[in-house]
This record gives sequence, structure tokens and C-alpha cells, in this order.
Amino acid sequence: MEYFGEQVVNGLIVGGVYALIALGYTLIYGVLQFLNLAHGELYMMGAFFGFFAMIALGGPSAAVVPVWIMIPVMFLVAMGGGAALGVAVERFAYRPLRKSRRLAALISALGVSLFLQSAALLLFGARVRLYDTGQFIDLTSGFSIGSIRIDVTEIMVVVGSLLLMTILWFLVNRTQQGRAMRAVAVDQDAAVMNGIDIDRVIVITFALASGLAGAAGVMSGLLLFPVDQYMGIFAGLKGFTAAVVGGIGSIPGAMIGGFIIGVVEALATGYLNPTYADFIAFLILVLVLLIKPTGIMGKKVMAKV
Amino acid sequence: MSDDTQRDEAAQASSRGIGTDEWVAQHEQRIATSTGPLGAIGRWWLGLPRGFQWIIPLAIALLIPFATSNDYIIRIGVNLGLFLLLVIGLNLTVGYAGLLDLGFVAFYGFGAYMYAFVASPQFGIHWPTWLAIPMVIIVTGLFGLALGTPSRRLSGDYLAIATLFFGQMFLVLAVSSDAVQFPWMDEPIDVTGGANGITNVDPFAFFGFTFSSVTSYYFLLLGLIVVGVVATLRIHSSRQGLAWRAMGEDALAAQHMTIPPVRMKLLAFAVGAAVAGLAGSVFASVQLGVFPSTFKLPLLIMLYAALILGGMGSVPGLVVGAIIMVVLPEVLRFPDYSNWLFFIVLILGVVMTLKRWKPILAVFAATTAIGFAANGIFLALGVPYLTTAEWAEGPLAPVLGAWVFMPEDRTLYGNIAFVVLLFAIAWMTTRSHRTRLIALPFVLWLAVFTWEVRLLIEPSVTRQLLIGALLIILMATRPQGLFGKPRVEVL
Repeated sequence: MEYFGEQVVNGLIVGGVYALIALGYTLIYGVLQFLNLAHGELYMMGAFFGFFAMIALGGPSAAVVPVWIMIPVMFLVAMGGGAALGVAVERFAYRPLRKSRRLAALISALGVSLFLQSAALLLFGARVRLYDTGQFIDLTSGFSIGSIRIDVTEIMVVVGSLLLMTILWFLVNRTQQGRAMRAVAVDQDAAVMNGIDIDRVIVITFALASGLAGAAGVMSGLLLFPVDQYMGIFAGLKGFTAAVVGGIGSIPGAMIGGFIIGVVEALATGYLNPTYADFIAFLILVLVLLIKPTGIMGKKVMAKV
Repeated sequence: MSDDTQRDEAAQASSRGIGTDEWVAQHEQRIATSTGPLGAIGRWWLGLPRGFQWIIPLAIALLIPFATSNDYIIRIGVNLGLFLLLVIGLNLTVGYAGLLDLGFVAFYGFGAYMYAFVASPQFGIHWPTWLAIPMVIIVTGLFGLALGTPSRRLSGDYLAIATLFFGQMFLVLAVSSDAVQFPWMDEPIDVTGGANGITNVDPFAFFGFTFSSVTSYYFLLLGLIVVGVVATLRIHSSRQGLAWRAMGEDALAAQHMTIPPVRMKLLAFAVGAAVAGLAGSVFASVQLGVFPSTFKLPLLIMLYAALILGGMGSVPGLVVGAIIMVVLPEVLRFPDYSNWLFFIVLILGVVMTLKRWKPILAVFAATTAIGFAANGIFLALGVPYLTTAEWAEGPLAPVLGAWVFMPEDRTLYGNIAFVVLLFAIAWMTTRSHRTRLIALPFVLWLAVFTWEVRLLIEPSVTRQLLIGALLIILMATRPQGLFGKPRVEVL
């Protein structure tokens, strides 16, 4: 039972990261009805940005600023960098295709994915980077529930992801721009007629989604996942699975989906062969698509002709 | 205009078919009547009888092995053949049926592994080729059918990402199945050979003739491609092909025309997979081995790039797209050739966009001046550099050596130049024509500098970078590809 609890807690922590990625898919899908295949690459870039912010501040072992400044700076750099990159990708790769076939945008996204991966390889080299969190955060600190240990980094990741989700919820549901976003998601043409600047809404959406992906990248780095140019592929696929499980286009759905995927994956890793843990997410995806394609929180939409 | 051409036009108009817009048809003609030496070659080519347009490339392909004894060139030909076979299969699924299958490479890998299982010392099984190949084709086809089953419910985007996930899963499985514990066995067994793959796969052998040389595979693949091309041309306007294409255009409308969408989708998946399986078994026997690293994402993107570059659904487009996608990376492998190619493309690009002589000459003069000015600035700053003899090779060396400043730390300066170049291009595309013309020499110099300092020494990364950029630019400027017909949305 203790082992079970441990796996669930681990799953919830990683699930927070997946949920942040899933939110990005859902936001963009909600506004544009388009799956941003390159979303995982923004997560990867975010992890690199956070890493280099850390190096710029003196590196993990010899930081020139206290930890409580360094970590927020890492997050800000990764989120800012990710958001800027996401907006640039939208502007140059997706906006020219907004009126053309769906296939064209997806293929362009594939191109963006390859471009960002190889740009990362060119600029940062093939070496795998590690955040080495133990050097600046005492991983033995934290607290225990029974025999389940939770260290400070893990608390930070969970609190951070919940905080970002709350901010996002507030932005979408309580601000003027959020209202515009929801309006565009419901009906683009009607939104235009009501004086909403669609381009502006789309740019804001991409900035939010990519910023969240950047934050997720830093979190996975802090959790000691290796950072390299291929890390975005599987993270992106799992984030997408989470978004589909929760019901694509639904913000609370993406959060729930992320945590579900995280927990199921952690349980599979703990009780089955860890090599095949990646399979579990794929199986869930196929099952959800076959049984309830609209996901947990999704609404059934009739195809309009 | 003579009577003949008028009659031709009338014939063309009547054969234009339903659903093709008049403007689109004229657009094609406008391209055909372009001027200059390229236009003349194009007109001569289009004027040939249709049969010749196929026989000439085939004859060239047949003669290549006799014209050269260079094994390397034949090997490129074999790679091209495999690639083309894959593109032909992908065209059925994506180009005709409109199913965005991003797990296609997994079928290729599946076919290769299946062949290796039944014809290698891995399990000590050595089936004869005439039995192994049909088995591989059928099993891979069934596998495609099984994967296609979820696609019943999936449209466009969902299908794309589910199949992408599947393709990645296949890769993980291939790498990690080197010690699989079956419940009914005592010890884990090695199924796929892990990251090292399976080696010593049997070569093809039909009725006593063993395919031992690369050239023999070259001819085998040539035969398969001829079959594939003829089949594609036959399918194009057959009942089946029409049904696929109708479904690819608009599944809902096709369904109302009594086309059964589920059966058509599954069939498209299965046939595409079977072709990939065939290509996979040929691949396994040419290489005499199967290695999981072959079936990674870049190959998939290359296949899509070839399909789209030529124009989906167009057979000449497939051939040209595959040739560009296979031969170009080989050229990029040699710094000397890729240098020539880079400058030719750059200069042609400038000439074709500016069109008039005065601005073209002004831009080139300004670019040259900027190069020398940059040399002066770098020297004044005291940046350590390499002399011409230390880095430049080939016939371009004296010119480039004098003009391009080569810093000692190529990685650092190259990376900075690369990032600045991206920003500069992004900035430039959003400005007015006038500003763009003024900025162009700077961007050109920056491009040459980045290329010489950094990209030239990283050919494999550069290749992927260029393919990614190509896909983005192609989609934004000419989504129908080189040979495809532009679509006019009728509302």
C-alpha cells in the first residue's frame, strides 16, 4: 500500500507537468481547431532556456544569487522565451496557412518540429544536459506522509503547476481578453462581427500556451529529467494524450487528463516493466479515442457542413 | 496561332474534366508558356508524346549501371529506389485518401523486421524468398488494417497524432525488445536485437538466382518502381482511385455519394502499409541487416517533404520530389559540392525575385562591400581567425578566403550569426518592399557567413534544418507543390 501511495504521488507530480503541456494543446485547439504538433518542441526549448538562465547566474554549484531568486528567474526566462518563440512560430509558420487546408498547417507544424529540433542540436550541441538540482536545493528537506517522502522540488513543481493553472483559469474566465478568446473559440465569424481582433487573440493564445510549455520544460528539468533536443517528442505526445483524455478544447479537462496520465504511467512503471511505461499512454489514447472520443469533459460537436 | 494549337486547346478544354476551374487550367498554361531557356526546355518536354516522357527517364535509369562502375552512385540509386517505393505507398494513403498517416515509417520498419525474422540467423529460420516476401506483404497489410481500425472514428488531426504516437512506440519497442520475458518461457529471449538490430539477413534469391550485388537490387527496385508507377497511374482514375480521392477531398460529401468511408479508409491504410512492407523487406536484404535507427522521425519528414514538394497525387511529382530529397542530401555531404549548390541557389533566388538587372547588380555589389567591411571590423576588434589555407578548399577557395572572415571559434560566431540571421529574415519578411531591398545585402552576407562558418561543417544537422525550413516555406508559398494543381475553393 505504501508503495502504491508513493507511485500515486510520483504520478501526480509528473502529471502536473503533463497537464501544463496539455493546456497548451487545448488552448490552441480551442481557438484555432488546429493541433500544434510542434508544441513538444517549445517545451524542449523552455527546458534549454531555463538551463542556460541557470548557467548565466553562475551554474548549479556556484550561483551568484540566492536560490529563491534563481528559480523564479529560470521560470521567467523559459516562459518568456517559450512565449516569444511560440508567437514567432504562429506568425511565420501558421498564419499564412490559416485559410488553406488543414493538411497544409499540420505539415508545416511537422517542419517547425524538425527545424526547432535541429536548431537546438546546432546551437546547444548533442550533449545531454542535467539541471543538477541537488546542488542548489537540499533534496533531503521536505516532509513525509507516513513513509512517502516529498522533497522541496516536488512541492515546488506541484504548487507551481497548480498556481499557473489558477492564473490561466483567471485569465480565461475573468478578463476581457479571456472573454475574447472564448468568443473566438465558439464562433470565429461572430467574434469578428463583434469587433474582436482575431489575430490579437491568436497571438495571445500562442503566447500563453507556449509560456506554459516553457514552464513545464523547467519543471521537468528541476525534477532531474535529462534535457536534450529529443525530449519534446514524447512529452508532446503525452501532453496531447492528456488533452484528449480530458476532452480537447476543455481547460479543466486538460488538467484532469494530465494528472490521470501521470498517475497511470507511474503505476505502470512501478508495477509493470518500466520499459513499456510509454506504451500505457498510447493504449489510453487509443482506448479513449475508440470509446469516448470527446474525452471526459468534452462536448459532443456535430459536424457543420 | 495555328489551327493545330487551337484544336489542342479545344481538346484540352473538353478533357479538363468536371470540377477543374477554368482559371486553374489557364494558370497551368501560363506556367507552360513561360519564356527564357527554362521555358523552352519545358515546352519541348511538354511537346513530347506522353509515352516518351516516361521512356526517357526510364532509359536513363537503365543505363546508369552500365555508364558507371562507381558503387557509391549505384547505392544512391538503390536508396532512391527504396525511397520512391515508399513515397508511392504514402501517396495512396495521404495523397489520394487524405489520411495523414504519421506512423508510415513504422510499417516500413515492421516489414524489414518481419523479413529479418523469417530469413536470418536471429531465430534460425531461413524461408525461401518467394515465400517470405508475400508473407511480409500480407502481414504488414493486415497490421496496417489493424492500426487503421481506430481511424474509423478519427478525422484529420487526431489520426495524425495517434499514428505519430504509434510510430514512436514502434521505435521504442524495436529498441527495447532485446530481452522479452514471455510468461511461458524460463529465460528472456532476444527478439529484435535491441539498438544493434538484426544482422546477417539473407539476400533475396529467386529460383537459383541470388541477389548478391548492389546492381542487381538496383534493377529489382527499378522493376518494382515501374510496376508501382503504372499501378498508381491506373488507380488514379479507376473506380477505387476516384473513391479514395473523393474521400480525401471531402469525406462527408463522399459518403453521401454512397462511397463507404470506413472500408475505403481501411483499404487505403492496408495498401499503403503493404507497399511499405515490401520496401522494408527489400531494405533488409540490401543492407543484410535491420537497425532501428533507420526508422526515426527524420525519414518520415523526408518522405512527406518529397510527397509535398512534387505535389500530392501527381506521379511525375513523386518521382521528382524523391530525386530531390535523396540526391540533395548526398550532395550536401561533400563540402565542395554543397558550397557550389548554396551559391547557385542563393544567386538564382536573388535573380528570380528581383528580376531587373540594376537592382540585382546593386545588391551583389553591396553584399561584396559588406563582406570586406565586416572583415575590417573583425580585424579591428582583434578576433582570432583562420587563414584561407586553413579552412577553404576547392576552386572557390581564393575568392571565399579573401571575402569571408573565418573566426577561430566557429561554433560561437556561427551560432550567433545563425540566430541573428533568423531574426533578420523574420524582420525582413514583415517590412515593405523598399526596406527589404535595402536589408537584402546584409541578410545575404549573414547567410553566407553562417553557411561557411557553421552550417558547412555540420552537414547532417544542416540537412534537417533545411528540410524543416523547406516544408514551412513550401506550405506558405506553394502548398500544391511543384507539379500539383492549385486549388480554388468554391464556396
